[in-house]
Amino acid sequence: MDHFPLCITVLIVAGFYRFMFRGKSWVAPSTEIFEKRWLRIGSVVFHYGIIFAFMGHVMGVLIPMEVYHALGVSDSLYHFMAIAGGGLAGLMVVIGLVVMLTRKFLFPRVHAHTTGGGYFTLLWLILVAGLGTYMTLIYNTTVGEYEYRESIGPWFRSLFTLSPRSDLMLEVPILFKVHILLSFALFAAIPFTRLVHMFSLPVRYPMRAPQQYRSRDGFDKKY
Amino acid sequence: MRIKAQVAMVMHLDKCIGCHTCSVSCKNVWTNRPGTEYVWFNNVETRPGVGYPKEWENTDRYKGGWVLRNGKLHLRAGGPVSKLANIFYNPNMADLNDFYEPWTYDFQQLHKREKGESIPVARPKSMITGKYMDKPQWGPNWDDDLAGGTESVSNDPNFRKLQEHIKLEYEKTFMMYLPRICEHCLNPSCVASCPSGALYKRDEDGIVLVDQDACRGWRFCMGGCPYHKVYYNWNTHKAEKCNFCYPRTEAGLPTLCSESCVGRIRYIGVVLYDADQVKAAASVEDPKDLYESQLSVFLDPFDPEVIKKAQEQGINHSWIQSAQESPVYKMAIKWKIALPLHPEYRTLPMVWYVPPLSPIMHHIANEQDLSVDGYIPAVDQMRIPMEYLASILTADDTHQIRRVLLKMTAMRIHMRAKTVGGVDELKKSQLLKEANTTAEELEEMVRLLAVAKYNERFVIPTGRREMLDDLYFMQGSCSIEDLAPPEGRK
Repeated sequence: MDHFPLCITVLIVAGFYRFMFRGKSWVAPSTEIFEKRWLRIGSVVFHYGIIFAFMGHVMGVLIPMEVYHALGVSDSLYHFMAIAGGGLAGLMVVIGLVVMLTRKFLFPRVHAHTTGGGYFTLLWLILVAGLGTYMTLIYNTTVGEYEYRESIGPWFRSLFTLSPRSDLMLEVPILFKVHILLSFALFAAIPFTRLVHMFSLPVRYPMRAPQQYRSRDGFDKKY
Repeated sequence: MRIKAQVAMVMHLDKCIGCHTCSVSCKNVWTNRPGTEYVWFNNVETRPGVGYPKEWENTDRYKGGWVLRNGKLHLRAGGPVSKLANIFYNPNMADLNDFYEPWTYDFQQLHKREKGESIPVARPKSMITGKYMDKPQWGPNWDDDLAGGTESVSNDPNFRKLQEHIKLEYEKTFMMYLPRICEHCLNPSCVASCPSGALYKRDEDGIVLVDQDACRGWRFCMGGCPYHKVYYNWNTHKAEKCNFCYPRTEAGLPTLCSESCVGRIRYIGVVLYDADQVKAAASVEDPKDLYESQLSVFLDPFDPEVIKKAQEQGINHSWIQSAQESPVYKMAIKWKIALPLHPEYRTLPMVWYVPPLSPIMHHIANEQDLSVDGYIPAVDQMRIPMEYLASILTADDTHQIRRVLLKMTAMRIHMRAKTVGGVDELKKSQLLKEANTTAEELEEMVRLLAVAKYNERFVIPTGRREMLDDLYFMQGSCSIEDLAPPEGRK
């Protein structure tokens, strides 16, 4: 489990390098100009799905179990919500990704402008999200509900204090371990793919003045 | 009073012959790179027609520009919050089918083919997919000179407001050219639409630019501009637009489209305006009042008070002097013969158009016996319907179009009278009164509209560099910042 700090280090260092020295490549590389109808379904469903999925992970892994108990949320209620909400979010992510991947083959204009990195990103996301959705919807309902809040949750939080409690992961089912491994590999890949645009969500836009004036570099009105 | 200087343009449509030289010279310098093949910062449209991209004036579809709701200005496509909610898919953006799929030809086939029975053909090849295209369906100026026929003409959004009868009866067919560049608006909706704050208006000359480092490719500017003059480069995934050839204007040279214009229809000059009044001017209730309210933001460059304030606010002598000699100030503000394109979008556009005089619908019999005032009804029977010009230039206010056309007609008659006699009759005529002008003004107009030389048509102050302390090191470098050669840097 020693490679997780490495993944995060790659994410931060390579991300910083790209932002500072390859800044012009830091974009949301849209192909909407080539095709709109499939993108509308694929992109919207995927992006909203992954926002829900992110919030679900915060609720399941970052927020300790004790908080739920203190709030009076029973374990059965929590798992029902997690399976229903998480399953829906997971399905949205997977469906959105499949639509976007299909679109890349269906439309020659889009196909001509898809790079290897683009396919890698989509396929890797499908792998991670597909596994996650399978665990939430199928594993939980057939094999049995796995209480990750007692093992994966505390382990994940221990990563932030730089004192990982790897012992907690020994008993975790293999599917969950694979999901985590693939996810961390994906985090490390972020600076090298189009995924960097997630850090540029323009949340400050509603706060700024509608009209922007700027002077040329070095222009000084005092003269 | 916050005085700003704006570099603006006037196009005299009477002189436009629709040759596309402006488009080609612009294209060859700015948009002949991968990712911008479909992009024309300057294009010339035949009107009536759908334009480029198709039906760009259809604000119901592309939702560009501003609307007034409860006395306040809002972006038609929705404000920042709704834009953030729609950031994963932009419903109002035009796609490549609305522009066109750019293509080249397989010229090698003409060189390399073995000798055979048939003549070798250069097949069209898409510049997007690299594959052969069996049949290009649409291109730039596909409907040039009305060649789109009824199909294209009847989809002209300006016709929706017009009565059916003036549409397309063969005997009444009319045509005009409309060259278009970015309007470099005083109240640009593309700037307000940009979530990243990458688009901005240059403080010193009002040119609207895209910061290529800050652009993240969210594409709201494309639909946000009601003139559809911001484009998406699919290679760099960033927005690009007409930059008013700022490396040239900073050196005091006219833009490429103006420099190469065969008909010499273009004029460039500086106008001074009060930035504090822009919002109020764009917020008047009746769209027909927008033209007058737009004129009200401009300042008289001869007013000593204005000159004093402008100097205090850092506008130097050469810019004030240029504003005084500005052909744009004369045509748009002093003589009021140049009109803004679609003022109803509330962006306060800064490229102005002198409407074209066109042939008179019914032949005037015995023109030699016609009194001067006989031309007044003739103006109302121009071949291009006044309603059509009004829907493009004055938010449907035909009075303003009529006023300008009368003035232009009076100018022609005055010049004719000077040669063949009858100046006295003109001076007392109703025509001069209705056109609200004098013989002296008409002669000034003739000078600028017909005779003016290069230095009168283009009065452009150079960009100010005197404040840079490393000018010695900058000499010989390119004026495009960041692209300058390394030896131009300290």
